[in-house]
Amino acid sequence: MSHSSVIIAGAAETDEIGRLPNHSTLGLHIEAARNAVADAGLTMKDIDGIGCVAAPGPVQVAHALGIYPDWIDGTGIGGTSFLLHVRHAVAAIRAGYARTILITHGESGRSRVGVAPRRMDLSSPPGQFEAPYGTLGPTTTFTIPALRYMKEYGLTREQLAYVAVAQRQWASKNPRAMYRDLITVDDVLASRMVAYPFHLLECCLVTDGGGALVITSADRAADFPKPPVHVLGTGEASETPMISQMLDFTESQMFRQAGQRAFAEADITVGDVDHLMIYDAFAHVPIYGLEALGFVKKGEGGPFIADGNTSPGGSLPLNTNGGGLSYTHTGMYGMFAIQEGVRQIRGEAAAQLDRADISVILGNGGMFAACGVLVLGRRAR
Amino acid sequence: MPGKAVPVPTPETQPYWDGCAAGELRIQRCVDCGEPYFYPRPLCPSCGSGNVEWFTASGRATLYSYVINHRPAPGFEDDGPYAIAVVELAEGPRMMTSLVGVPATPTDLVLDMPLRVTFEPRGHVSLPVFRPAFAEEGDE
Repeated sequence: MSHSSVIIAGAAETDEIGRLPNHSTLGLHIEAARNAVADAGLTMKDIDGIGCVAAPGPVQVAHALGIYPDWIDGTGIGGTSFLLHVRHAVAAIRAGYARTILITHGESGRSRVGVAPRRMDLSSPPGQFEAPYGTLGPTTTFTIPALRYMKEYGLTREQLAYVAVAQRQWASKNPRAMYRDLITVDDVLASRMVAYPFHLLECCLVTDGGGALVITSADRAADFPKPPVHVLGTGEASETPMISQMLDFTESQMFRQAGQRAFAEADITVGDVDHLMIYDAFAHVPIYGLEALGFVKKGEGGPFIADGNTSPGGSLPLNTNGGGLSYTHTGMYGMFAIQEGVRQIRGEAAAQLDRADISVILGNGGMFAACGVLVLGRRAR
Repeated sequence: MPGKAVPVPTPETQPYWDGCAAGELRIQRCVDCGEPYFYPRPLCPSCGSGNVEWFTASGRATLYSYVINHRPAPGFEDDGPYAIAVVELAEGPRMMTSLVGVPATPTDLVLDMPLRVTFEPRGHVSLPVFRPAFAEEGDE
């Protein structure tokens, strides 16, 4: 069965990211949508499919934009949701369910304007079996596997800290990054302890912002002002709603599962990848990602990053916008990782690589809970 | 100020909380394939069988991983930095817990150290937590 090629024809973030107390969550969706549709040279009337996370959700966002869609995806599994929206949009376009799909993200993660209060359902499994022990969001749960990994594979505190150092090197080249001053391992280790063994600089930012994408079929590529970004392969997987039930604390099965599927569909190997984005809510996550995707063997991710291989000038440019640790992280970061992959392939990134024909995006949702992987390319397969 | 989170049992988890109230760590296993599992649910996650039973676990465990949290959850403000741990039960399954009877420092909390279950009151339920095993208890 031959599949028609699907492209990202429009991609944009909100005008600003960072601290935006004058935007609600819905307002950020609207601004991101308008920018992405304009980037594709289209109008809202051209959009016939919508994907976004609740709240506010696809019905609210579509209505606010004046869109009455034929196709709706409200998949909401945390920060990787947008990668799944792209995957599902590819399938919908191939199936003929929609022609031009808009995927939006807006989140007032820092200023919390127009956001429902956080509330844990204490009868849910996480409410009964984790919350009573004093968990409070990702810093207290996403971080728990790291000590086990450090014991099993000898990852040092300095190597973990270097993940933040390497990403700040990229952020220093990006005027839109929230933090741009270069830092050292000593700076990271001297920053405030948040949840041992994680210091403040090993934890992601908390910001406001948004982004959106326009997905359509490649046979229309000549209709758009920007060069097409081909969606060559996609994968998705889920693993656990509770960090305590992660299958193996030293590896992410779902990263490997979704990655293998995406690489197989794109018919690529790790050697074909020019540019890599791995969701970095915390400094250990890129290490787990590098190993799960097969770029390095198990246990080698920390030394690989600490040796500078993912830094500017290294063999495997990783998180070239500065990542969630230095660029921005609204709470659900995946949209921003996709945006950087698109910019690199188009040749319009702040820290533009000489060669970016293939970009791989690995998204995480929840605390090692769910995963999406995209393989993006300059050319159709 | 809200206190520490109090779990709300559901019909499927009530026997677990009843066990805690009786000072026993009751978990489930599959009658068909024999695999013990946690958290409570009426289906074996290993083989999909609905033929499952409750049993009382030994209460022995080892420290699998943890963080020492410096930004307290509601109700934990007066505890100082506290450990949020995942332990591996002698029977195999892992669960999140608190550690008691030991300072929350990296020096005192050594991965794979032997632990024993104990119970603390929390609202209307009894909550399983773990303390270091005494030498005479061994970790057999």
